[in-house]
Amino acid sequence: MATHLDISQVSMEFPTAKGSFKALDNVSLKIAKGEFVSLIGHSGCGKSTVLNIVAGLYDATEGGILLDGREVRGPGPERAVVFQNHSLLPWLTSYQNVELAVKQVFKKTKTKKEMHDWIMHNLELVHMTHAADKRPDEISGGMKQRVGIARALAMEPSVLLMDEPFGALDALTRAHLQDSLMEIQKDLNNTVIMITHDVDEAVLLSDRIVMMTNGPEATIGEILQVDLERPRDRLALANDSKYVDYRAQVLTFLYEKQRKVEPIAVAKEKKTVVNAKVANA
Amino acid sequence: MNIPSLSIASLKDRVENFSFKALLFPIFGILVFVLLWQVGASRVHTSLGEFPGPTVVYEQWNSLVTEHHNERVKEDKFYQRQEKRIEARQAKDPNYVGKLRDYTGKPTFFDQIFTSLYTVLAGFGLASLIAIPLGILIGLNSSVYSALNPIIQVFKPVSPLAWLPLVTMVVSASYVSEDPMFSKSFLTSMFTVTLCCMWPTLINTAVGVAAVEKDLLNVSKVLRLGWITHVIKIVIPSAIPLMFTGLRLSLGIAWMVLIAAEMLAQNPGLGKFVWDEFQNGSSNSLGRIMVAVLMIGFIGFLLDRAMLVIQRFVSWDKTQVLR
Ligand SMILES: Nc1ncnc2c1ncn2[C@@H]1O[C@H](COP(=O)(O)OP(=O)(O)OP(=O)(O)O)[C@@H](O)[C@H]1O
Ligand SMILES: [Mg+2]
Repeated sequence: MATHLDISQVSMEFPTAKGSFKALDNVSLKIAKGEFVSLIGHSGCGKSTVLNIVAGLYDATEGGILLDGREVRGPGPERAVVFQNHSLLPWLTSYQNVELAVKQVFKKTKTKKEMHDWIMHNLELVHMTHAADKRPDEISGGMKQRVGIARALAMEPSVLLMDEPFGALDALTRAHLQDSLMEIQKDLNNTVIMITHDVDEAVLLSDRIVMMTNGPEATIGEILQVDLERPRDRLALANDSKYVDYRAQVLTFLYEKQRKVEPIAVAKEKKTVVNAKVANA
Repeated sequence: MNIPSLSIASLKDRVENFSFKALLFPIFGILVFVLLWQVGASRVHTSLGEFPGPTVVYEQWNSLVTEHHNERVKEDKFYQRQEKRIEARQAKDPNYVGKLRDYTGKPTFFDQIFTSLYTVLAGFGLASLIAIPLGILIGLNSSVYSALNPIIQVFKPVSPLAWLPLVTMVVSASYVSEDPMFSKSFLTSMFTVTLCCMWPTLINTAVGVAAVEKDLLNVSKVLRLGWITHVIKIVIPSAIPLMFTGLRLSLGIAWMVLIAAEMLAQNPGLGKFVWDEFQNGSSNSLGRIMVAVLMIGFIGFLLDRAMLVIQRFVSWDKTQVLR
């Protein structure tokens, strides 16, 4: 399949008080149109950094982002972001939050009526029309996240970027939103990059799972192709041997190959050694 | 909004709680204060007699009200007399065009209150018109901030008494017109108030603007919002709470500065009233000054409440507790 989004040899160095800190080293990834890609990796490895570079919020120190073969610089609505903590404007209603995005993107191409219909259509997609006139502090966390998704979808982005979109939600709401997202994805065929910490979420939603090594100088460790038929059903998949196998592969990567925390037994041993030294002194 | 169902008992409870908590203690506080004041005042002796207690203040208040009333009656009569005269002349000579002369009586206590009020509002309004846009600019742009910060820090602590002579001289020199729309004394007081009270609004607006959440700034960037939309939709709403903190501080300062400026410059207003009474030195003077002191405090309080009402109206977060 033709490449839609090309993350080309991206490296990122942050200037810090103690000199520069190289967070990413030579990250390369080609994504086809309509593909759903998850980024998974331990906390602090640089997933958000990758996403922010694609979004244009950070400037890569080396390499760059190509969209349909053309380099993109700076942020823009064609790479819409669903932020981890929804980031709705608290003084605007759900409707107005989506409206702000729609007005910005379709000012010239849609009439007022068309814009209104489009806003309502996107709220409908995430089942939020009933709370269109409520402000973020009047709706639940899951509802806020849904409005955030509606806002991003309403921009008709060529790439949808999601940074742990369901991270702050309880398991039930999360499952519900995952199902909604799969449905929307089926209809709209968006190209999606989603960061997640949740192995099940990654396997359930993705076409490919990109596993990142630990930082500093993090890069792509392994890529897992998920060949499960869509539509996917979480209950049916729970005992599916392929699903269980994919899940195991991701877990193996995270907890054996890229072990972040040393096993508790090892840590204990070290501590006793230290204690012994202190006692001897 | 859905109204929670109330049983009679809980309603009664609420009413009682309300009247007790909200009214009893303040009334008690005021009563104790008045009592201590009465007792204390009778022990302080000055060359103009006893320090005015509550009863004296009450008498003086009544006399000020009467004076004002009499002055209005006099004014009415003055104009009626003129009109009659003009009518009489017109009866003889139909071509005669009469001209009413302005009444030039001594301004009463209430006239002075009115003068002070519009002066303070004008000065504060002008200060806000300068400070809010400038504050937004400073908050948005760190270079502008570094350029202006030293200047702000130096001018902020300047007392109105220091500005006054300069403002007076500049106004006298530059505001020369045959038929002035504003009196020079008004302009002097107003500019002094503006110069002294704009700083809290300026600084708080700048801080509020600079403290917009990073996530919201990212939203703005992803949407590629234009400069104006960015300021209107994102910057101003998030800065509003701090902006109002600044505005309320500014209005408080404006009111204090104005009274001082009026006293010092002999410009019409409550400050002049106090000063005139002090110079007058009659046995009523201290009582009248005390009336003015209470009035100044009360108006200051009302101005602050008014700002609070405006803040409630403007603020998007109606659940916010404002005091
Ligand atoms: N603006 C910055 N300045 C300096 N260092 C940064 C900056 N942003 C990120 N980093 C560093 O880069 C590394 C990667 O950060 P990043 O936020 O991308 O991690 P992450 O994988 O998203 O983690 P998490 O899963 O906890 O969100 C971290 O070590 C972090 O300290
Ligand atoms: Mg992150």
